[in-house]
Amino acid sequence: MYVAVKGGEKAIRNAHRLLAHERRGDRTVPDLTLRQIVEQMALSVARVMAEGSLYDMELAALAIKQARGDLIEAIFLMRAYRTTLPRFGYSEPLETAKMLVRRRISATYKDLPGGQLLGPTFDYTHRLLDFKLAAEGGEVPEMPELAQPDPQEMPRVTDLLGHEGLIEPDVPEHTPESADEDGEVGDLTREPLSFPAERDIRLQNLARGDEGFLLALGYSTQRGFGRTHPFAGEIRIGEVEVEFFAEELGFAVPLGRVSVTECQMINQFQGSAKAPPQFSRGYGLVFGQGERKAMSMALVDRALRSRELGEEQGAPAQDEEFVLSHSDNVQATGFVEHLKLPHYVDFQAELVLVRQMRREWEERNRQDKADAQEAAE
Amino acid sequence: MSALLDTAAPLPGLPDPVHDSQAAFRAVMNALARPGKPQKLDTGDFQAPAPLSNTAGAIALSLFDYDTPVWLDAELAGSSQVWQFLRFHTGCPITDDPGEASFALVSDAEHMPPLSSFNQGTLEYPDRSTTIIAMVDKLTGAKAVTLSGPGLKKPAGFNASPLPPSFWNELAAIHAQFPRGVDMLFVTQKQVAGLPRSTRIEMKGR
Amino acid sequence: MTGPAESAREAAEGEYNFAYLDEQTKRMIRRAILKAIAVPGYQVPFASREMPMPYGWGTGGVQVTASILGRDDRLKVIDQGSDDTTNAVSIRAFFEKTAQVETTTQTGEATIIQTRHRIPEKALSQDQVIVYQVPIPEPLRYLEPRETETRKMHALAEYGLMHVKLYEDIARHGHIATTYAYPVKVDGRYVMDPSPTPKFDNPKMHGMKALQLFGAGREKRIYAIPPHTTVESLDFEDHPFKVQTFDRPCAICGAEEVYLDEVILDDRGGRMFVCSDTDHCEERRAAGHVGEAGGNPLEREGAA
Repeated sequence: MYVAVKGGEKAIRNAHRLLAHERRGDRTVPDLTLRQIVEQMALSVARVMAEGSLYDMELAALAIKQARGDLIEAIFLMRAYRTTLPRFGYSEPLETAKMLVRRRISATYKDLPGGQLLGPTFDYTHRLLDFKLAAEGGEVPEMPELAQPDPQEMPRVTDLLGHEGLIEPDVPEHTPESADEDGEVGDLTREPLSFPAERDIRLQNLARGDEGFLLALGYSTQRGFGRTHPFAGEIRIGEVEVEFFAEELGFAVPLGRVSVTECQMINQFQGSAKAPPQFSRGYGLVFGQGERKAMSMALVDRALRSRELGEEQGAPAQDEEFVLSHSDNVQATGFVEHLKLPHYVDFQAELVLVRQMRREWEERNRQDKADAQEAAE
Repeated sequence: MSALLDTAAPLPGLPDPVHDSQAAFRAVMNALARPGKPQKLDTGDFQAPAPLSNTAGAIALSLFDYDTPVWLDAELAGSSQVWQFLRFHTGCPITDDPGEASFALVSDAEHMPPLSSFNQGTLEYPDRSTTIIAMVDKLTGAKAVTLSGPGLKKPAGFNASPLPPSFWNELAAIHAQFPRGVDMLFVTQKQVAGLPRSTRIEMKGR
Repeated sequence: MTGPAESAREAAEGEYNFAYLDEQTKRMIRRAILKAIAVPGYQVPFASREMPMPYGWGTGGVQVTASILGRDDRLKVIDQGSDDTTNAVSIRAFFEKTAQVETTTQTGEATIIQTRHRIPEKALSQDQVIVYQVPIPEPLRYLEPRETETRKMHALAEYGLMHVKLYEDIARHGHIATTYAYPVKVDGRYVMDPSPTPKFDNPKMHGMKALQLFGAGREKRIYAIPPHTTVESLDFEDHPFKVQTFDRPCAICGAEEVYLDEVILDDRGGRMFVCSDTDHCEERRAAGHVGEAGGNPLEREGAA
């Protein structure tokens, strides 16, 4: 065993070779191309971009291929690559009201300006395995003809409510504890998380957070652990322009378009001494098509606002330190999996202690028995 | 300053940025880890614009960037060349409020402002405080104070000059409020010595 | 035009910055290290970066080492006291590749030693720096999980809770039941987690000649102990701090008063105890020391 450990260097090299071999699998099966992954595993690509915090489909596809389809491993690869990139600055805020929409639904209105647009969704598919897909070169239906809706005619639902004053404004007033009075947005990748965290930092944390973790937390609020009375005001998926303010030019220049999913939850708010009864917001935004994540994010965002809104706190989803400290799957997976590293030095320390305590316990028991016998005689 | 100087290109930065900053950092690290003990800081061909010394300039280029507001004393603030040099090579914001500064650069140490005007950090975040880089002529001469505490095996004498007459009293008072406080780096033409806030300072002749 | 995948490939083929980290990141970490030295035992928050190895596997130590490392340094990396454990091998290879620095397994030869879970047996010198990999830097974390609360406790040096916990141990087990990551007080002020080294190593931290730096990547904290600093393990007058003792010497080199690994030899209770610090063991054997096993039986077994 001692000797096996000594072979560490060679063992690692061989493990890497074996991994590369297994990753490729049967050589008679054609190699996956990045293009195939981008086109046919688009939702995996979207998740890897969202939680990897880097918008690049081809790199995400490469990460998925390299990770053998393990999405958390792929997200980790993206993050590690992202840190090596030079940083030029921050883009202007995305204007999602001007989104070129592919899907847009509202659960709060039967019909609304711009209409409901189902888009490419699993929603009303019957979840029956489609064996036609199992056959290579199966028939694919033609793309239906679509009218490209004019963004001007598709206002955000929350804006419609806003006109009536029934929902809190988009930029909530700064709370007294708010550090960034100038409205500057923080960046978790540049500054360590500290508590209490403002909403900008919380949203960034959630946007990078693990979909499964947020899903479970969001679900828990629906089941009563920090209920927020949510309505899916609007979910929209589509393309938005990214603009960058160039100091030398003195104006913003477009850099290109990204595909995003936005979810605006509308939640009940009873009102307080300062604010009239009105609806409040929970917000979710992720890269690509990621509806489940955007909705979960919006639920958790709203739950985390309980402090700011003066609501009773106590449910896990309302606990800022708990949620923000454990949402990152790259951190979580590293620490959980580090348990497989050798810990034998610490285990030895525990062995020594347990053996000693065991000896003392047996000694005490023997003594107690002897005393009892003595007393009985 | 003349308009000509304002538009002149700033002097070049460290010749080998990666390794020169590493070397400057290690000297500073050792200086703070061994309070009062001067560490050699060889800046080679590097030339900082006067009145910024080469050693202070090398430390500045190694540690400053756009995340660190820097306060300059009147002499340095008055030099557009120094200003330009720091802005160009580090991107650091320059502040006129010493209470906001991550770093302070002092070329005229004898007339530096009271230490209490710099950022002392908070009890919860003592690291959010100012590190003062003071250019001095020498780190030798009659020992003004005796230092003890972390980094010192046994108490050791120390002096740096010139410094304001009230300096040691001020510094001792600041160190008494540990963990809040400021950290000092004294630089000469060839050396750097550190006095972190953890050092206990005893005045000579008391 | 080069696509992103192409530029990724170029980056993979060599052009990383010295010691991997970009200069801006190094500056940020260096500033944190300086504050950590100035306030011994205080955990300085820093914007830890994603490293190309998992969080929890030494990313904090690696970032600290990468930020202090120079071309002329000689690096030693140990895990569990050994240079040859897989993670130590992997981290050493990372620096060989990204910084092309010289590496060594000899404690006395190294200028920087990065470690997980042990402090070498040989006393370190004033020209060395030891970098600890830290999983949970907050000594109060298991007593109070909230950062907002523990930060206040450190600010006010309010450490009663820690003493209560240790005392509860004594009441229940007759001992302080903490055997590793045993809390210390640095320079009489901050209570600090020494990283999960066995408490056997705690006394080595006190008055150590080398600078001690601690990096916690996932938790984004850096802290330090300058040379010659008072480091006390928390205890009570009636229950003074005691280190582990082993009732036999190393079977291979005969060393006493060192930390030993228990090696299981068979499934009938056969076991031997050998030095956890493999370099220390080898150095002693080279100097002619032999233990009860008369050489290294394990090595022979492996060769067969």
